[in-house]
Amino acid sequence: MAWTREQMAARAAQELRDGYYVNLGIGIPTLVANYIPAGMDVRLQSENGMLGMGPFPYAGEEDADLINAGKQTITTLPESSFFSSADSFGMIRGGHIDLSILGAMQVAENGDLANWMIPGKMVKGMGGAMDLVAGVKRVVVVMEHEARGQAKLLKQCTLPLTGQRVADLVITDLGVFTLARRGEANMVLIELAEGVTLEEVYAKTEATFTVALEEKVQS
Amino acid sequence: MRKVRSTVAEALEGILGDGMTIMSGGFGLCGIPEALIEGIERSGARDLTVISNNAGVDGIGLGRLLATRQIRKMISSYVGENKLFAEQYLSGELELEFNPQGTLAERIRAGGAGIPAFYTKTGVGTLIAEGKEVRGFGDDDYVMETGLVADVSLVHAWKGDAEGNLVYRMTARNFNPMMASAGRITIAEVEHLVPTGAIDPDHVHTPGIFVDRIVHVPDPTKHIEQRTLRPAESV
Repeated sequence: MAWTREQMAARAAQELRDGYYVNLGIGIPTLVANYIPAGMDVRLQSENGMLGMGPFPYAGEEDADLINAGKQTITTLPESSFFSSADSFGMIRGGHIDLSILGAMQVAENGDLANWMIPGKMVKGMGGAMDLVAGVKRVVVVMEHEARGQAKLLKQCTLPLTGQRVADLVITDLGVFTLARRGEANMVLIELAEGVTLEEVYAKTEATFTVALEEKVQS
Repeated sequence: MRKVRSTVAEALEGILGDGMTIMSGGFGLCGIPEALIEGIERSGARDLTVISNNAGVDGIGLGRLLATRQIRKMISSYVGENKLFAEQYLSGELELEFNPQGTLAERIRAGGAGIPAFYTKTGVGTLIAEGKEVRGFGDDDYVMETGLVADVSLVHAWKGDAEGNLVYRMTARNFNPMMASAGRITIAEVEHLVPTGAIDPDHVHTPGIFVDRIVHVPDPTKHIEQRTLRPAESV
């Protein structure tokens, strides 16, 4: 059985560390906030200009001036701060954010990432994705292993890139891969989802990877 | 230094023209200068280049200027919420320049600060870097991006005084402070026009030097794109 969206988010949450400043993308990455381990202190950054993002508001407490980068209503926490978009991307570009968890359409074995544009289709824009992958210290991708039967882990991305050699870790519904951002491409399968076979991963992956399955750590 | 204008029409009087470049603050519909945008709509100014992170939604904010076909070109990072935008873009009526959001914010900041260009890692090796200078610093490559200025900047603030000092509220700050600094003429709409001296100088976000005209727009309708709630806790 492959991992569900919730299980992928829970696995991504294992990448959090105490004291981290973290930016979560839209979709499955947003769900990671539900799996922050109890007692772990992390600060969520929202690139439209907030650190210390709180949970969604209760009915009647929503405020049009308080939204996240997905334009969803949110709340403050005692530690929250607000700032301009220039300061926000200064944090991102300046390497002050520890971890970015985001979705992708394709990832190549060398860490290239594509998630903003399909030629010939209406393009909505890259928003902050290019800044995040270029500037954040560690980039974790959470995505389905395939899209409509097409491999998404490729030798080379066929879609226009969001960033070159930017992915450190990819979590799919089938397993977890590490990647190298410098030197030779080096994609390694380190975990398999429960019940998923190596044969299935090989069959659904175009990228070249080696296998070094780690001891399963139960959290 | 008479900056306060009593109506939106007066605030825009004598400064608009066809073919101008206009910056418009806001992120999504949060912190947009909605009354001033409607003033642009009524002015009939055409062939505008608009620099704004987003393009409003159908019928609200910049979506209104798309409906009247007053915009010729948008410089934005994300325009996903606007059907009219897609139609005009696909038919070739509307020109579009995508910038990564942080690059857009920094280009505006740089423009306002008199910096003609800067280098950033964002976009290296992507379509965004095509035709631009790429230069190595240390072990990494960086792409050169240029500063942006506008003929007119429109911003929305929570509080302002007759001096033009502005205070923004929560995430409605976003692009407004940089845009205020990058307009040859900057017009601010404020929810609360307070007496000079009522804002603690330590709490001013945009100093009045960046603001040429200010107009009081009390109790504006604010829009929420994605009303997302937490279920009430069961006891």
